[in-house]
Amino acid sequence: MDWLTDAGTPAEKLTLMVVAIVLFVVVMGAILLAVDRPKRIPNWLVVLGFVGPTVLAIGFGLVYPGLRTMYASFFDRGGKNFVGLDNYVTAFTQDQFQIVLRNTALWVLIVPVVATFIGLVYAVLVDRTRFEAVAKGLIFLPMAISMVAASIIWRFVYEYKPNQPGVNQTGLANQLLVWLGREPQQFLLNAPTNTFFLMAVMVWIQTGFAMTVLSAAIKAIPDDIIEAARLDGLKGMQMFRFITVPSIRPALIVVVTTIAMGTLKVFDIVRTMTGGNFETSVVANEFYTQSFRFNEQGFGAALAVILFVFVIPLIVYNVRQLRLSEEIR
Amino acid sequence: MTTTPLPPQSFVKKEPGEASVPAPGRGRRLTRVEKRAIAAQGKLSSPWASLLAIVIAVLWTIPSLGLLITSFRPELDIRRSGWWTFFTSPEVTTDNYQEALFGSSTNFSTFFINSFVITLPSVVIPISLALLAAYAFAWIEFKGRSILFVAVFALQVVPIQVTLIPLLSQYVDWGLEGSFWVVWLSHSMFALPLAIFLLHNFMKDVPPSLVEAARVDGAGHVKIFFQVLMPLLTPAIASFAIFQFLWVWNDLLVALTFAGGAPDVAPLTVRIAELSGSRGSEWHLLSAGAFISMVVPVLVFLALQRYFVRGLLAGSVKG
Repeated sequence: MDWLTDAGTPAEKLTLMVVAIVLFVVVMGAILLAVDRPKRIPNWLVVLGFVGPTVLAIGFGLVYPGLRTMYASFFDRGGKNFVGLDNYVTAFTQDQFQIVLRNTALWVLIVPVVATFIGLVYAVLVDRTRFEAVAKGLIFLPMAISMVAASIIWRFVYEYKPNQPGVNQTGLANQLLVWLGREPQQFLLNAPTNTFFLMAVMVWIQTGFAMTVLSAAIKAIPDDIIEAARLDGLKGMQMFRFITVPSIRPALIVVVTTIAMGTLKVFDIVRTMTGGNFETSVVANEFYTQSFRFNEQGFGAALAVILFVFVIPLIVYNVRQLRLSEEIR
Repeated sequence: MTTTPLPPQSFVKKEPGEASVPAPGRGRRLTRVEKRAIAAQGKLSSPWASLLAIVIAVLWTIPSLGLLITSFRPELDIRRSGWWTFFTSPEVTTDNYQEALFGSSTNFSTFFINSFVITLPSVVIPISLALLAAYAFAWIEFKGRSILFVAVFALQVVPIQVTLIPLLSQYVDWGLEGSFWVVWLSHSMFALPLAIFLLHNFMKDVPPSLVEAARVDGAGHVKIFFQVLMPLLTPAIASFAIFQFLWVWNDLLVALTFAGGAPDVAPLTVRIAELSGSRGSEWHLLSAGAFISMVVPVLVFLALQRYFVRGLLAGSVKG
């Protein structure tokens, strides 16, 4: 029964997958069958059957490890000696990690705003035009692919070749520079601008999300408001500023905070593009590097907790806005 | 511009009955022609607007297009010239895909199967569990229900980074690290809070009278769940399934942590990220590899876009 844990060939893997799914279905079926006796079974047992597996999974997979990590963040790299707040002090005071924090702050401030802005402008521009579906599809597609693939796509755009006779640029960005008569650049190596070139990838991915949600919000603006504004003589930019933007304000805030949360946890892009070198690391990437490459368990845990603490205000604000927008409706 | 526009807020917070705007069209639906007319009037001065839209669309498409073309060019050409020269001297080959898929150093076909094997159970399991839990939260009365639901809702906050180290050491204790089991388990557990939240929202939209009627007929919870709710929830399930599918297929962090670099378990994303680090200038392999990893999610996405948008709006705007 080796293949149960070490499936090697494709056939074994696919069998294993089917076995796992069947196993799951059988277990869940048995539980449901056991509680499917109306009247004769006490209510709490039914509830246990429906909610029990989930509570167990969430407790084991999220709550317990979360608490363990918080606890571990007060210990040294081996997890043996209590060091108090030392890990946090290190994270906030050492130059190397201050750059990480600075980068994270830049990401969270810039990416959501730029992605939302472009998404909004684009949603307004293509709204109710003939090409709307296709035009949206183009912006939308980057959302379907992995951040790893997106990073590959953009690393190729930034590809650098030295500017010598007989050597052609293969990256589009540098070719454009050359065509403009400028020197080609190492986009991903030169700090501090390289961080911004990484951000472009995230903006590229998230704009589709912003556009979709905002476009739906724009379509939900009642027709009579728009018509009234038009009769009042509003046109173009004024319409955009005084009607569109205020009407979709709640959706705008939700989009910005949602993207900010995703950006805060960005890991794949940094890891694939630069590996966190050349002063481009962010907290989520540094967490991985410290925990799994340098085996700094306590410090890694502290970085994870820092990430957690940073997310909380965003979520609180997001939920409050959702509540507000529901009350207005 | 003769009239001053009303303060913007009045449009948003206006009570339904409060007629602050003298609108002749009030109370009737506008015809399509009128809508177009309004849209045309509301546009930012048109030629510039169209130009801007086109510029954005091109900016968003060119990077992928460039890599797609590259993936079909001969290796030597890729090294020597930019992909835009393809239009003047087109030369197409599928060698890159051949080598990427079956070449001994890359062998993406193996990792493709891994991705598939990882993804399917990681979508089926959390959805099933979440459906049951969401049903209980919506339609079974029990003590502590709202507290438990709020707790599950709140757990969406937890970034998975916080859970990785303790989970990994637990798996190592069990001797299961680097196997499919722990990857499935982890993906399933991480998906639950959002899944329950989304499906609960959809379940609450089912008219209570339907459920009541079934209950009066003597149906137990299991019967109500399968016969009354499941058929109504198919679109909701589809929309979450797409989310979860894309998330698992495209995931790097979970797979990297729990499957490691093991070629027997690691998915495509892990392999490509690795290749990008170790052989970052072999663009003939990277470009083909990237598109091999993109084919499935893009197809699923295009086929089921409608459900995806629905789920997106339910999760972020409706709340």
